[in-house]
Amino acid sequence: MTSYLFIILGAVLVNNVVFVRILGLCPFMGVSKKLETAIGMGAATTFVLTMACGASFIIDRWLLMPNQLEYLRTLSFIVTIAAIVQLTELVIQKTSPLLHQVLGIYLPLITTNCAVLGIPLLNVSLRHNFLESLLFGFGSAVGFTLALILFAGIRERLEAADVPIHFRGTAIAMITAGLMSLAFMGFAGLDKYK
Amino acid sequence: MTALQRLFKFNGGVKPAYNKEASTGLPIAVAPTPTLLVIPLHQSIGGMPRPLVTAGERVLKGQRIGGADGNVSSAVHASTSGTVVAVEMRLMPHASGLSALCVMIEPDGRDEWIPRQPFDFRSATPTQTRDYLRDAGVVGLGGAVFPTYLKLNPGKQGKLDTLVLNGAECEPFITCDDVLMRERAATILKGVVIMREILSAGQVLIGIEDNKPEAVAAMEIAARAANQAAGDSAIGVVSVPTRYPAGGAKQLIRVLTGIEVPHGKRSTDYGVQCFNVGTAYAVYEAIALGQPLISRIVTVAGNVTQARNYEVLFGTPMRDLVALCGPLADSDRVIMGGPMMGLLMPDDSVPVVKATNCVLVGSKKLFPPPPPEMPCIRCGECAKACPADLQPFEMYWFSRAKIFGKAQEYNLFDCIECGCCAYVCPSHIPLVDYYRFAKSEIWAREIEKEAADVARERYEFRLLREEREKQEKAAKLAAKTAAGREKAAAAIAEAAKPAATPEEDAKKALIAAALERAKAQKELVHPGNVSDLTPEQQAEVAAIEARRAEIREMAKPHLRQDD
Amino acid sequence: MFEAILVMALGAVVLGAALGYAAVRFRVEGDPLVEKIDAILPQTQCGQCGFPGCKPYAQAIAKGEAEINQCPPGGDEGIHKLADLLGREFKSLSAEHGIEKPKSVAVIDEQSCIGCTLCIQACPVDAIVGAAKQMHTIVAPLCTGCELCLPPCPVDCISMQPIGESVETWKWKYPVFKINPAKREAA
Repeated sequence: MTSYLFIILGAVLVNNVVFVRILGLCPFMGVSKKLETAIGMGAATTFVLTMACGASFIIDRWLLMPNQLEYLRTLSFIVTIAAIVQLTELVIQKTSPLLHQVLGIYLPLITTNCAVLGIPLLNVSLRHNFLESLLFGFGSAVGFTLALILFAGIRERLEAADVPIHFRGTAIAMITAGLMSLAFMGFAGLDKYK
Repeated sequence: MTALQRLFKFNGGVKPAYNKEASTGLPIAVAPTPTLLVIPLHQSIGGMPRPLVTAGERVLKGQRIGGADGNVSSAVHASTSGTVVAVEMRLMPHASGLSALCVMIEPDGRDEWIPRQPFDFRSATPTQTRDYLRDAGVVGLGGAVFPTYLKLNPGKQGKLDTLVLNGAECEPFITCDDVLMRERAATILKGVVIMREILSAGQVLIGIEDNKPEAVAAMEIAARAANQAAGDSAIGVVSVPTRYPAGGAKQLIRVLTGIEVPHGKRSTDYGVQCFNVGTAYAVYEAIALGQPLISRIVTVAGNVTQARNYEVLFGTPMRDLVALCGPLADSDRVIMGGPMMGLLMPDDSVPVVKATNCVLVGSKKLFPPPPPEMPCIRCGECAKACPADLQPFEMYWFSRAKIFGKAQEYNLFDCIECGCCAYVCPSHIPLVDYYRFAKSEIWAREIEKEAADVARERYEFRLLREEREKQEKAAKLAAKTAAGREKAAAAIAEAAKPAATPEEDAKKALIAAALERAKAQKELVHPGNVSDLTPEQQAEVAAIEARRAEIREMAKPHLRQDD
Repeated sequence: MFEAILVMALGAVVLGAALGYAAVRFRVEGDPLVEKIDAILPQTQCGQCGFPGCKPYAQAIAKGEAEINQCPPGGDEGIHKLADLLGREFKSLSAEHGIEKPKSVAVIDEQSCIGCTLCIQACPVDAIVGAAKQMHTIVAPLCTGCELCLPPCPVDCISMQPIGESVETWKWKYPVFKINPAKREAA
């Protein structure tokens, strides 16, 4: 039981997908301008990533491995993820058209979010079982959402701040992200209590 | 009879130097009538009163010159008798430095009143009483100039638990309420008794800051007399701790009753209503004496040799008033109100209005220019000082960046602009200026949005109308062409049948017989209005009939043959 | 090799079926976004954006057929609001659609009006009253300042007058510290 907890905690904080693994930076910089969109994007990614981890485990373990088709892993994972993203997009368009419009191009781009492909591949290399895969995917997605929300909160305030002209926009955002990354390194200390 | 009242506290507040002694030394003097009164029509919150006089007209003292317009508005009166010289745009006592419609009256020196009679509010309906007070121009004299008749409404319950009289007068330099209470306590109490009756209020609490012991003593004596006359002990005078802004309505209500009026609610929802003592005085004058509001007590203080309180007619230029007190040579500005909330006047020629509780003369020495604004260091001093329990630094942060939605989320509109936050700010940020800027921007946007909504509605209605008209036109056209076609078809059919069959002849004869019958019947029926007519009328009718026949004759060639 | 093709084909069929079902199940009717965009537009109905009114422009923006910087009456502020709503980048007002002018109302010079009703037909918000061969006048509070009545007038009797500030509409200015130039001493 504790090992599952550690998988989640580790994925959220210690090995935060954005700040430590430096994956999924594209949506992280792209949709963190407003808190609302950040929450929407986080929720969508959480759904996609958890589903992708489950589906890719099934495909990998029961379809690819028995047929010695491991070389098709990346290809089939991408196809699966693309389908799940399409599904999510349809659902969001139905339930929240505004969020759909605001997420814009970033929603289909979840497909190419390296975190969404990276985590299932990590699952394989870490030899997680089905439940662990799901939890690892979910934890990573929560970590991604957490990073996105924290960053959006900071950026909303940054908008009102007196930033030197040349640092305005993406520049100050990158600096902020770097500082947050440094801060998340502090969680590495949690390891000692394992 | 200082009730051993349990007092409450409001959060925040500051203790600035009060500087009140200078103007309380001398009794109230009546300011001389100036050579020209400039009376702005818009002196209260709400709709702009419409002018009721024109240039050249003679007016009496107390004559209504501006009629209340709309639901929230209050009348304006001539301050003395004289001749209306002009009704034109003049500089207003307003921070904008813009002009508005004013009535210029040249006094004739006779000071002749309109006929005055007391208003019997006991036998009048509440609506009549409120209309009377609206037309008497009574507004809140604490500075907000909200029409009093709107506040003299006990609310849904029909009665009020507590009527709060505000004599706190917390702002530095201002002593107009103080001297009014000292000298005319009995009259104020008479006004209070009237207000209590109108509002069916249970108890009355008169809150006075404890730095005015003379006023407290005078009001206590008057209150005791009023209580004895009424045979109860409903009116209490309460001395409240001196702390700015104890005179804010919500703050005083909090101190006296412990009730904290939350965001979006009114004090009447909690059975409390708050009035200034000067307003009570004005209510007495209006109801018991029949005198509309035409003057008030104004403190002249600041950079003058002898600060004093004057009873001033509305429309008196501030310059004249300041001249009475001997302004010092280095005076460079005139402020309406106190140093905390007062507004810098564009010029010293602007008139005294209902909102003018103080004319503060300033100089560089007395009010040195503020040190340059430094960045906010988020020390939180402003939040500690805020009497409205807001977070001024957050409101500032977003107002400054013009992110108004966020500023509103921090309840910008609950800010009473008391200036405590700016007073304590170690970075000398003019916080209130930012709030005023943000508030007026938000208001302007709301007005714009309303206008846009109206425009959208009208545009959509126009489209709808155009569509409808198009359809109607099309329908008409279709009907016309259909009729034309039918006729053409009938004509062709007629042409195709040159000879009528005997059957048709019989039919035609039948139709002709029917027509004959109808004609005969028609002749039998006379129009009802042609019987019992005088010969002249009959002749007239005959003439008209003849003309009609003539026209019919003339029109015959133009009519179609088959008609 | 054959297995690989089979596996991928199987995956494609299953996923395609799932998506096809979802597309039917979650079909979206209408576009609520248009309302939100329309609420931001100033409703002058002036057509400077190249569309016959604010609503058609809103529809075009929602479909991605129009840029957000084509509305001169809305100005930079309107573009900022649209950019915020749609998550697009701010663009300054496009010059080909006009420039931001101070808000004004049309005024008819009643001396020279000949009562042709052409302006009445042009007004998108019915803010002009009058009848054929009678003098026309503009109901100022309803006028949006769209200038659409100017071109049809055969005698050019309509002019645009900027709305002045009054005590009621005056706004507190943004607090700035005035840096006064040192006054030159009078010789």
